[in-house]
Amino acid sequence: MPEESILTDDFLRELMNVGEVDILIGIATCNDAKTAGDVILAVRAGLLKCFPRQRAVIINADCGSQDGTPDLVRAASISDMRQGPNVHALRTLHCVSTQVPGDPHGGAALHTFLAAADLLRASTCAVFAPDSTAIEPEWVERLVRPVLRDNFDLVTPLYRRHKFDALLVRNLLYPMTRALYGRRLREPYALDFAFSGKLGSYFLGRDLWTEDSVQTGAETLLTTSALGGDFRVAQSFLGERTRGEGSPPDLVSAIRRTAGALFWSLDGNYPAWSNAKESQPVTTIGAEHEISVEPMRVDRTRLYELFVRGVSELIEPVLKPILSPATLAELQRITALPEESLRYSGELWVQTIYEFAASYHKSVISRDHIIQALAPLYRGRAFTFLVENSDATADDIENYVEALCLTFEHMKPSLLQMWAGEK
Amino acid sequence: MWQMIMNELSQATLGVIHNMAEFVPRFVVMLIIILIGWVIAAALRGALRSILRLTKFDKLSEDAGATQLLKKAALPPTSELLSRFVFWIAWFGFVLVGISVLQIVGLEEHVARFFGFLPRLFAAMFVFFFGLLAASFFSRAALLAAVNADLPSPRLISTIIRTLIIIFSVSIGFEELGLGENTVLVAFGIVFGALMLGLALAFGLGGRDLARQYLERRLVHDKKEDKQDELSPL
Repeated sequence: MPEESILTDDFLRELMNVGEVDILIGIATCNDAKTAGDVILAVRAGLLKCFPRQRAVIINADCGSQDGTPDLVRAASISDMRQGPNVHALRTLHCVSTQVPGDPHGGAALHTFLAAADLLRASTCAVFAPDSTAIEPEWVERLVRPVLRDNFDLVTPLYRRHKFDALLVRNLLYPMTRALYGRRLREPYALDFAFSGKLGSYFLGRDLWTEDSVQTGAETLLTTSALGGDFRVAQSFLGERTRGEGSPPDLVSAIRRTAGALFWSLDGNYPAWSNAKESQPVTTIGAEHEISVEPMRVDRTRLYELFVRGVSELIEPVLKPILSPATLAELQRITALPEESLRYSGELWVQTIYEFAASYHKSVISRDHIIQALAPLYRGRAFTFLVENSDATADDIENYVEALCLTFEHMKPSLLQMWAGEK
Repeated sequence: MWQMIMNELSQATLGVIHNMAEFVPRFVVMLIIILIGWVIAAALRGALRSILRLTKFDKLSEDAGATQLLKKAALPPTSELLSRFVFWIAWFGFVLVGISVLQIVGLEEHVARFFGFLPRLFAAMFVFFFGLLAASFFSRAALLAAVNADLPSPRLISTIIRTLIIIFSVSIGFEELGLGENTVLVAFGIVFGALMLGLALAFGLGGRDLARQYLERRLVHDKKEDKQDELSPL
């Protein structure tokens, strides 16, 4: 029984008081006092409004917050709901809190939700990010309904984003996942998502919970498990995603959660991704993409400097064992260019990423060092993205990302060759 | 008189023949032991070579930076070097065992001392190799962390960490071998202390303004401005 090792006795007792449920909502918090209360309120409202007949439980997994987050979550869980005359709870909506080690993006929180869902036999589970300031009750319906009613196994979100937001997703995670697994899923690393009990049980039963990658990129691994297995996948448009006042996630940590987990997944899913041919669209509920293009202050020079300095420092001791001589030479050539003429082309970027993935597979140096070495290169690609799209419209951005995706797809055979040791 | 001479001569001849009769079989046994030793040592070399290839030891050695050191010294790869080393040590051991069969006075003590020294030699090599491995890993980790945190002089930080770990492992290795224990320890202490003092002085005096600017940039003024420019990668 996998859940025995992760669920504490007190938490287990509380879950047994809840009994079987239809819907389980997980919210992992860590010093999110400013936003977590509103997220819980929105989720409660969404459940009561859209799923009044279903048995539901909200589970909060907290990292041991020092800013009073657990108290706020508890208060929000029992507060009066006044959502209008048509909102009536037909069942008791349970809220249970527990403490998990590590940060909320670590695998422990998702592991807890999965184990609880397995124990309570939840047919549908959803996870919501605690730092979202734009969450609405409708998000619950948009994610949960396709799983509950239409039998999808995984529903990932689509957001309205600024054209310069989520550049790691646009330049690496989405195109590479699409090229390798053959499915056009826009947000493979989802912070708000829903999944079926079937997928949850499958993922829970996988022998990966002691691996480092699942500790940092469990959400990405859940997606790649669904894409690599026999599961129905969809994406649903939620609206604008805005974060609280906190800093954006640290770049290296973001790369670990996304690219690191994706690279790691390739070893176990080789039969699935190596046989996937041209990418196919996935069922999309609502708009497929919305991009805002308001002016935004961005320090491109800093990105340029970090890229050039990073490559020159790492080229001999770190990048040499990872990249081929041709790619290294090309990188050296472009880092010698002045800021106004430096361009990290799509082809070179894709070649770089595939060589990183192959080196990760072969563990040419420590795998975590390979992932960390991606950070300066990503900055170079982000710089190019910003320069080439400074005046781009939403359609231009969409075309630009599509072209990059096609480059990833066209160059996939080279990854397969490197994987087989032919290059 | 003549008879006495003849008796002495025949006794001496008999003694020589007796000694020869004693020595020749021992010599033959020694040759056999050396020959068998060569075969066993060669088999050990072959087995070790295969094991090291199977376990991709050369890659580990490359990670540790040992391969680069060997290349610079025009030596073969680590797995080959280690296999040859084991061959020579094993064969030399058999040669000594063979020689000890000759019962040469005083040699047995040296043979025993040699075999007593072997575990310490292997322990020292083990410490040195894993010291190199740790130095390579931690210096690369420091380099990556410094580059990604945009710290000044990442290579200097990385080199200092590498050098310190290598000096530390060499000093432990020499201590294990029993060679200049105090000298190496004192030298390590002096180098480490001097390095730390030098860094403290360099940072505190030479880089006073730099340190102030750096800390201010990190902790006070630019924090808000930086935030405005930060793009969310996710």
